[in-house]
Amino acid sequence: MSKYPAALGGKSQPPALVRVVRDAGLSAIVAFGLFASMIGLRLFPTGNGMKLHYRWLMLAAVVVAVFAGRVIMLTWRANRPAGTPQPRRIAEAINHAGKYVGAVFLIAAATLPLYGGRYFIDTGILVMTYVMLGWGLTIVVGLAGLLDLGYVAFYAVGAYSYALLSTTYHLGFWTTLPIAGLLAAVWGILLGFPVLRLRGDYLAIVTLAFGEIIRVVLINWTSFTGGPNGITDIPRPTLFGLKFNGSGDPDTFAAFFGIDYSLTQRVVFLYYVIFGLALLTNWVSLRLRRLPLGRAWEALREDEIACRALGINVTVTKLTAFAIGAMFGGFAGAFFATRQAFVSPESFNFGESALVLAIVVLGGLGSQLGVALAAVVMIGGSELFRDFAEYRMLVFGVGLVVMMVLRPRGLVSGRTPSIALGARKEIAAELVAQGRG
Amino acid sequence: MSTQAPLLAVANLTMRFGGLTAVSALSFQARSGEITAVIGPNGAGKTTVFNCITGFYRPTSGGLTLTRPDGVQLALQSLPGHRIARTAKVARTFQNIRLFAGMTVLENLMVAQHNMMMPTVIGGLLAVFGLGSYRSKQRVAIDRARHWLNEIGLLNRADDPAGALPYGAQRRLEIARAMCTGPVLLCLDEPAAGLNPRESDELSDLLMRIRGDGCSLLLIEHDMGVVMRISDHVVVLDHGKKISDGTPTEVRNDPKVIAAYLGEGDEDEETPAGAEAAA
Amino acid sequence: MAYALQQIINGVTLGMIYGLIAVGYTMVYGIIGMINFAHGDIFMIGAFLSLMGLTVLSALGITSVPLALAITLILACGIAALYGWTVERIAYRPLRGSFRLAPLISAIGMSIVLQNFVQVSQGARDLNLMPLIPGGFKVMEQDGFVVQLSWMQVMISVTTLVMLAIFTWLVTKTSLGRSMRACEQDIKMATLLGIDTDRTISLTFVIGAALATVAGMMFLLYYGSINFYIGFSAGVKAFTAAVLGGIGSLPGAVLGGLAIGLIESLWSGYASVPYKDVAAFSVLAIVLIFMPSGLLGRADIEKV
Repeated sequence: MSKYPAALGGKSQPPALVRVVRDAGLSAIVAFGLFASMIGLRLFPTGNGMKLHYRWLMLAAVVVAVFAGRVIMLTWRANRPAGTPQPRRIAEAINHAGKYVGAVFLIAAATLPLYGGRYFIDTGILVMTYVMLGWGLTIVVGLAGLLDLGYVAFYAVGAYSYALLSTTYHLGFWTTLPIAGLLAAVWGILLGFPVLRLRGDYLAIVTLAFGEIIRVVLINWTSFTGGPNGITDIPRPTLFGLKFNGSGDPDTFAAFFGIDYSLTQRVVFLYYVIFGLALLTNWVSLRLRRLPLGRAWEALREDEIACRALGINVTVTKLTAFAIGAMFGGFAGAFFATRQAFVSPESFNFGESALVLAIVVLGGLGSQLGVALAAVVMIGGSELFRDFAEYRMLVFGVGLVVMMVLRPRGLVSGRTPSIALGARKEIAAELVAQGRG
Repeated sequence: MSTQAPLLAVANLTMRFGGLTAVSALSFQARSGEITAVIGPNGAGKTTVFNCITGFYRPTSGGLTLTRPDGVQLALQSLPGHRIARTAKVARTFQNIRLFAGMTVLENLMVAQHNMMMPTVIGGLLAVFGLGSYRSKQRVAIDRARHWLNEIGLLNRADDPAGALPYGAQRRLEIARAMCTGPVLLCLDEPAAGLNPRESDELSDLLMRIRGDGCSLLLIEHDMGVVMRISDHVVVLDHGKKISDGTPTEVRNDPKVIAAYLGEGDEDEETPAGAEAAA
Repeated sequence: MAYALQQIINGVTLGMIYGLIAVGYTMVYGIIGMINFAHGDIFMIGAFLSLMGLTVLSALGITSVPLALAITLILACGIAALYGWTVERIAYRPLRGSFRLAPLISAIGMSIVLQNFVQVSQGARDLNLMPLIPGGFKVMEQDGFVVQLSWMQVMISVTTLVMLAIFTWLVTKTSLGRSMRACEQDIKMATLLGIDTDRTISLTFVIGAALATVAGMMFLLYYGSINFYIGFSAGVKAFTAAVLGGIGSLPGAVLGGLAIGLIESLWSGYASVPYKDVAAFSVLAIVLIFMPSGLLGRADIEKV
């Protein structure tokens, strides 16, 4: 913005229109340089070599669009009312109304199956899964300040734990759920123990590598994991032993309550399962924040050296954050497996880790409500583009960049103290550290 | 002073960084119930000694023996970093203040009592379900925090973020935070740096009160006014070696000390102030 | 013996490509302390631009392979450099001095954008290139196993070394290099001393993108097949190389690249191909446990 001070003051400079056109013209030239090749030309493979198609019209359209977009953007910027920029004011409003927004959100989520159709509930399940993953990762990244780029690994461990235990030993969902979480936590500790002394981005790359290793192993250890084909026919969860299917057996939900079976019953049930799991995650992390352990995590994020000088065992504290975060990832994974009735390595690529991390950062590190909002915006938003499958990820990427540029601190960025003698006062985001680990 | 073992005995401490010897064969003692000051020109190796004592550096050679009031002796150089505060009960502050800036004043003091509130990880986790004696421990911790906030005059700012406090208050808060760990030895790295005369006086009073409560102090300080007023025992370092050791009066009259501060002419701007006070 | 030598030759070739990409990661990290996640995708774009250049030139009737390669290299580097510049300008500069994770997420977003942009504009199918530099020579023969060194591999190594030489000269001997090193030491101080840090950072991205494009072209010529997804795995591997060598260290990046290349090819040759990535990542983890700053990185002395 500092490049265009004149747009606000507007003295002894060429007229605003000229400047806008000149700037937009430059942008158009850059756009031409960028897109002349990638859009102007299209490569097609043929029998021997490549065939070229030319798309000059499309190129021209894109360049003109960039020009027009830039003009609009500059004009808007010049005429924007002074003071706090729009997005911040919106976010402050969210901050202030946090309690009510949270309550409204919770009620809306709890009653979703009452007013939403089948597709709506399905999307709700998806969103809720990411809310849960986001809350789990918030413990690691938001509270303890440890950058984990391989969170999906624990999601995968949970999913495969349930898939394998249920298909091999016929264990039910509710028995396996804690086991899946526990296994994920154990993996978290195994991974964490050697690497948690690494600082900053070294930790990031090792966790990313770990995520990739898990995926490669899942693909290649065919005898154990089914390889790229994954595991199919994973049993669905039951409600106190009642199954959700249309067989009419006495131990099905429909028969027990004497109602007609419909697929929606199962979908609604699944929705409440993940809703409950997400609430559990939320409850545990909110509770932990107010306990010494959670406070130690936040202190670790603020200043690791000071923590050590106060006698806090830094390694153990980091490990607990890592393990608990992993455990919730494992729970979510088990749910994912039972919901899909199918798991394959495809579902556990780096993109998932990045998505969950993006939800956490966009939500505002450490804010439970922010994470939920971010998950709704991102997952729900990309659902809107389902019909434009090709462009969906493109739009998603653009959205990520735009949201970060507008709100680098996330949607809900303040920090609420964990304990107070008087009233709790929100702490400005600028004072809160993001951790070096 | 007494026949019992000194609280902290530094014996032949040597610390090398590559080819540079920051501290060489340093020996001194800090006695229980006293304020021991370590002084010396900039670059004399004072902070290095501190970092060795508080477990941030592992000395190249030499021993650091701490004798707790209950008679247990601990070799500080072989304890893991966090054990220095937890087991040996040695707390410290930092030259560049290291508060948890994004946490409130009260939270800073609560974090310092982490080990008392959460002796084991399992216990800490069980507290999630309301199990264990967590609640009563938290009450004790809050009372202790309140006590120290009162001591440093920050009770009315308990719920403000530490990063928003003025500089002098941050210094005092760091001392209070260290005291909340319940130390037997408090190590202060230049606590008076950047304070105005009135704040320095208040600091001296605070340190005397801490000593009066039974905690011994070891401090690095450039402000000779503070050092001379409150120290029981002064150790002077220059170029990593001890050049003098004794009561403030003895040290003040030691020709070697005067030479170190005045003689070589290549010292920095802090020398005149120090020498003035020493003279 | 002969087999091992062949694996080493292949590993070094691959390592050169990783090294070229890793330099871009390490440079950006050294100066602004962020992981430029989109860098691997710049490499991918470089490969696509190279393929386009070669195709266009052959359509224009230029039959001399060296000439076509030279023109393509220059054009592709120029355009990819523009991509590097634009990415920095749009996605990273507004976040300069912001919180640590915001630029990282922005970079991940940019990576997604570039990948999907290429997928949308050029399709998801593999695109192939006929081998342009066929042949090679026999290094040795043992027990009927012939160790081959192809001209392609010679060219990759020579080009990489030339590029690195130019680059080293740029960093050590020019005023741009001096500015870059100054920014790396202390960006605030550099600004106070009148260094145009914005320009220096932009140029860092430009140079990094150009080097990645060279790597992309080498990849295209060597493997003869590219798609929109090659940037991810090459990027992760190159970033691993940069960390392995000690992030921020330029010779470390090249060394790390060679190490990763060798590990991959030796593991593929002697153990199993599918697990070569696992081997590379495991070596990274093990090295970092014992040398937390990587092979050539500056030890991170804790300032207390």
